[in-house]
Amino acid sequence: MTEEKKIARRKIQATVRMNELMSDYFYDLNEAAKSSNRKVAWCTSVGPAELLRALGFAVHFPENHAAMLGATRTSTDLIPEANAIGYSPDICSYLTADIGAYLKGFTPLAKAYPGIESVPRPDVLVYNTNQCRDVQDWFAWYSKELDVPIIGVTSPKNVNEVTGAHIDDVARQIEALIPTLEEISGNKLDMERLKEVVSLSRDCTELWKKVLETATVSPAPLTFFDATIHMGPAVVLRGTREAVEYYKLLLAELEQRIAEGVGAVDGESVRIYWEGMPVWGRLRQHSELFSGFHATVIASTYCSSWIFPAFDGDDPIRSMAKAYLELFIVRSDDYKGGYIMEMLKKFNIDGIIYHDAKTCPYNSNNRYGLPQRIEAETGIPSLVISGDLNDLRCISDEQTKTNIEAFIEQLEEGK
Amino acid sequence: MGASRTKVVVIDPRGVLIGYAVKKSGTDFTATAAACLDASLEMAGVNRKDIVRAVSTGYGRANVAFVTEATKTEIGCLAKGCHHYFKGAITIIDIGGQDNKIIKLGAAGNRSSFKMNRKCAAGTGAFLEEMSQRLDIPLEEMNDLARKSENMIKLGSYCTVFSATEVLESIRNGKPVSDIVKGIFYSVIKRVLEMDSLTDRVVMTGGVVANNPYIVQMTEEMIGRRVLLPELPQLAGAVGAALYALEGNESVEEES
Repeated sequence: MTEEKKIARRKIQATVRMNELMSDYFYDLNEAAKSSNRKVAWCTSVGPAELLRALGFAVHFPENHAAMLGATRTSTDLIPEANAIGYSPDICSYLTADIGAYLKGFTPLAKAYPGIESVPRPDVLVYNTNQCRDVQDWFAWYSKELDVPIIGVTSPKNVNEVTGAHIDDVARQIEALIPTLEEISGNKLDMERLKEVVSLSRDCTELWKKVLETATVSPAPLTFFDATIHMGPAVVLRGTREAVEYYKLLLAELEQRIAEGVGAVDGESVRIYWEGMPVWGRLRQHSELFSGFHATVIASTYCSSWIFPAFDGDDPIRSMAKAYLELFIVRSDDYKGGYIMEMLKKFNIDGIIYHDAKTCPYNSNNRYGLPQRIEAETGIPSLVISGDLNDLRCISDEQTKTNIEAFIEQLEEGK
Repeated sequence: MGASRTKVVVIDPRGVLIGYAVKKSGTDFTATAAACLDASLEMAGVNRKDIVRAVSTGYGRANVAFVTEATKTEIGCLAKGCHHYFKGAITIIDIGGQDNKIIKLGAAGNRSSFKMNRKCAAGTGAFLEEMSQRLDIPLEEMNDLARKSENMIKLGSYCTVFSATEVLESIRNGKPVSDIVKGIFYSVIKRVLEMDSLTDRVVMTGGVVANNPYIVQMTEEMIGRRVLLPELPQLAGAVGAALYALEGNESVEEES
């Protein structure tokens, strides 16, 4: 195999609109934080954002902020700040990067959006431990530091089949948040508004699913690396009309590519599935590394995790509970195995790469024999690469490169 | 072009090894590659202009562009080189200067999987180099020392730095150096074996294996079966690269 060459990776035109949307979102948050009449809630990525929106909160997602710290490659300088106050380099590098940024008075928002000086100050911190325990510990630190109330949902874990009992549990926990949130927001919950928000989340989810599924076609019109960027609105603007409109636009562009037979990468020869977190500080390098070998990473668990088929405007709270419980990360390995195998089939995958993220055990699904079980059942080769989502100290670029190059060689020789 | 050593292999159109050279990679990869190339060509009794095609591999595979047109990963080349010597399904254990690999080949020589060590030196040649410095004994004496051991020490950690402190503790406690060295060898093999399962036929390659035949013997005892060795275990990857060059040259051959 020759050294990778620069292969054209096509730009998505809708990006311009997405950037406007994200910009509006961050300026609105900033304004809300400065105004006296609007309240700001911080929410974990699959926390009860629909409820918060329905109550009129401006919603900030620290996980999104942490990913920005990773993508701007500032995280590795910030993480040690949190390490030094007792947050181990072995725990979530979203948490350590974000707290480190706070300690250093730094935010990439300031550079990206002139006029914004800091992350919006919260009036309440709302978590759901369906992601992991770390989100709760993360918010707990801010709660103490900023003297802000912290509330949330303690989710069942390793859920095999989501049962009525699970849903009852989480739905009751969501309901129990309402009085506190009403008090902080100063608004009474309007059920009609909640139904509307949940319906919008549902619409967003369906469009996002269609966007990702455009990559079932060969050549795939979008890659995993594109999707990690374009999932922005699905993460921070879930439950808004703007997000829904955005995905209509993006979907149309991708469908146009399919109609024209144009792929995101020229000469797609092997199709790869990515399991685990992206390495935020290496998105471009990884994207170029794969495209240089005419390999495309076309689908991932990570980006697909923002598909919530359960949302139902007619039954908002129970359907929220169900959606939050059906999330991949909170499921059993048995479920995860079945899910991944279905994805391999749906996207016609040649090989699967597991990213073993040093600081994120919950998103490193290679640690309990899953790759071996899936490979035995499907015969689809797999590779584990060691890395991290945000802490570049855990990464060896040379090792990653050799591993990925050898894996693509193996897949091509096996064709 | 390995992280630690550079190897050049010259083969004739029938795939027969006619020249080779091994040197420390050092800091000027291009110069080392050139020196190895010239030494191996001299051994083969040919000149640079006689080279029909060359393929580079290894950590410095991009540094020898002056002579090669194509690169392959060391995983691919080890697979190719070992399949050349041992047909059928095999598991290759390669212990190199910088990293270890376990590569599994199917019956037709096709790669079915590979594993590289995690980002740490445990179980690699770099670990042996570190330990030889700690013990103040030359690398090349380790093999014979280990053979003399009667009561090997055990190293518990898989961290090179922690292992070094364990070694220091053994020194403090007056353990014989031979027992410490065998313990170090044992640790290398354990680190490699925990990377992946093995299939029936096991081939070992790499500089650590080539220079320390006792490691092979110890591995055989640990896995309870014979280990297959290519004639020159350190050159298996380079041989694979040469075979890839030969393969890529088939069309040229047909014309001539």
